[in-house]
Amino acid sequence: MNAVVTRLIQALMVALLIGTATFMMMRSLPGDAAWRIAAGRYGYDNVDAASADAVRAELALDGPAFPAFLHWLGDLVRFDFGTSLVSGRPVMEEITHQLGASTSLAGAALLLSLLIGPPLGVIAGLRPGGLLDRVLLITSTGIKAMPQFLLALVLIVILAVQLRWLPAAGHGDLRHFILPSLTLALGLAAVNARITRDAMARIADMPFWRFAQWKGLSERETLLRHGLRHVSVPLIIYLGLQFVTLVEGVIIVESIFGWPGIGHALVHAIFSRDVPMVQGTALVLGLGFVLVNTAIDLAVRRLDPRVAA
Amino acid sequence: MSVVALSAPRRAALPLSRSIGASLVLGVALLAFLGPWVVPGDPLAQSLIKALSGPDALAPLGYDHLGRSVFHRLAHALHLSPLIALAAVATAGALGLVLGTLAAAKGGWVDRILSMLADALLALPGLLLVLIILAMVPATALGFWLGLSLVLWVEFFRLTRAATRDTLASPAVQASRLLGFGPVYLFRVHIWPEIAPMMLTAAAFGTATAIMAIAALGFVHVGMRAPTPELGLMMVELLPYWREAPLALLSPVVASFALLLGLTLMAGSRAT
Repeated sequence: MNAVVTRLIQALMVALLIGTATFMMMRSLPGDAAWRIAAGRYGYDNVDAASADAVRAELALDGPAFPAFLHWLGDLVRFDFGTSLVSGRPVMEEITHQLGASTSLAGAALLLSLLIGPPLGVIAGLRPGGLLDRVLLITSTGIKAMPQFLLALVLIVILAVQLRWLPAAGHGDLRHFILPSLTLALGLAAVNARITRDAMARIADMPFWRFAQWKGLSERETLLRHGLRHVSVPLIIYLGLQFVTLVEGVIIVESIFGWPGIGHALVHAIFSRDVPMVQGTALVLGLGFVLVNTAIDLAVRRLDPRVAA
Repeated sequence: MSVVALSAPRRAALPLSRSIGASLVLGVALLAFLGPWVVPGDPLAQSLIKALSGPDALAPLGYDHLGRSVFHRLAHALHLSPLIALAAVATAGALGLVLGTLAAAKGGWVDRILSMLADALLALPGLLLVLIILAMVPATALGFWLGLSLVLWVEFFRLTRAATRDTLASPAVQASRLLGFGPVYLFRVHIWPEIAPMMLTAAAFGTATAIMAIAALGFVHVGMRAPTPELGLMMVELLPYWREAPLALLSPVVASFALLLGLTLMAGSRAT
């Protein structure tokens, strides 16, 4: 219960921070913000002084900052993000559309990383100091030190341009999923594998593990019955932290591969100073993070009752 | 015997991977600072007739698509983002240290408000914050410095707060207090030695994160503006010509990878 309250406060703070930041961004827009917003709403050909003034009055752009800020926050709390300055469509509508594309990409990446990282980590952790352990350490350090856009670049040059196996960019069928999700997954798996390896090595050194083997269980059975639950707790805790990496990756990777998701939209919105879009996207990303972390807190309590005590 | 005993912990403090990391960073720094001094040249001078041609005496790494010396652009880029990153890490480190110590020492509502702020910032992807600040601040370098400082201070704050709280509760500190030593002395003798190694690790990681962020945003065209030589920007500019001038594309790729790997190794093995 306590964890949920803490996360609620965190969610409120996130909304407040994003609100403040984007409000300041709105006020620091170059040129007359009212004209730009009016242009976004009614189209560039239909803007005149009257419509700009109407916008100015509605959003209290000229008035004192503080009441305008409260008004702005009020809209935010009601999840009224307004309309995009660029497309003129409601921000909410655009975000729900993009969120689908982003979640499917992030989900694919997460799944792929879990297929690559933890199995390797478990095998390496069972034989600490072995060949696989050392190779894994070097590879994961190398991948961690490589920015995601560089990984994307390497994959594009090799798999898309040189071998022509996969499309370099686009969205539509399953093949488009592979490169962007692989880029994200490799970065995540580098960390996943290390976490699993450390947890596995620690557990394989514990008395209960040796007892399980002494009573005649094979290594496979020991792992399935006694190991995986212990390995999964630190892994799940770290998945929460990795979610930030995932979202940051989505911002970059979606732009590179032209994936029509929330990261791609955010970069474009920032580029064209589409403040309502930036605000909506940022809020969704921040709150999504808090939501995922709450879920992870609860899952860890379920898996390891000692945490709650 | 005593010599062995004395030298053992020093060797443990600087394992092989850290020395490799330090030499990688040093190598990149030498290229950045001594390179333009050995081979003088201008990172912005164009000569279209030489576009994408190979290395010569004036440009040891060849020419890019506008006939600019890749070597000098790279050296310049390797000044720019590491300096911004270091400035941001220094600011964030100082801020985190002061606020973290304050939160641990004062406790109560000071601690609660600062922790809440840190938690909230932690919930936001760093790139997002940097992007928003970049949109508000007109000068890109200044924007990066502000944005990255805002992102990075949280890590220093959390480390300092946790370590300081433990240290302040220790018998040694209580004894010092009873002897009448002031807060400055307590900080210098008890707290700083406890957190210094962690702060240095966090600083190396923070620098790597900051350089990566600047390059990543350059790569998607929302960071540094075009004529400025910047690692990510150089890569994306040279990407279309990778067949004609592979060396030109490889130079910034290898340099940034060496720099980031060096910083990661220097920071030592840490889970995140």
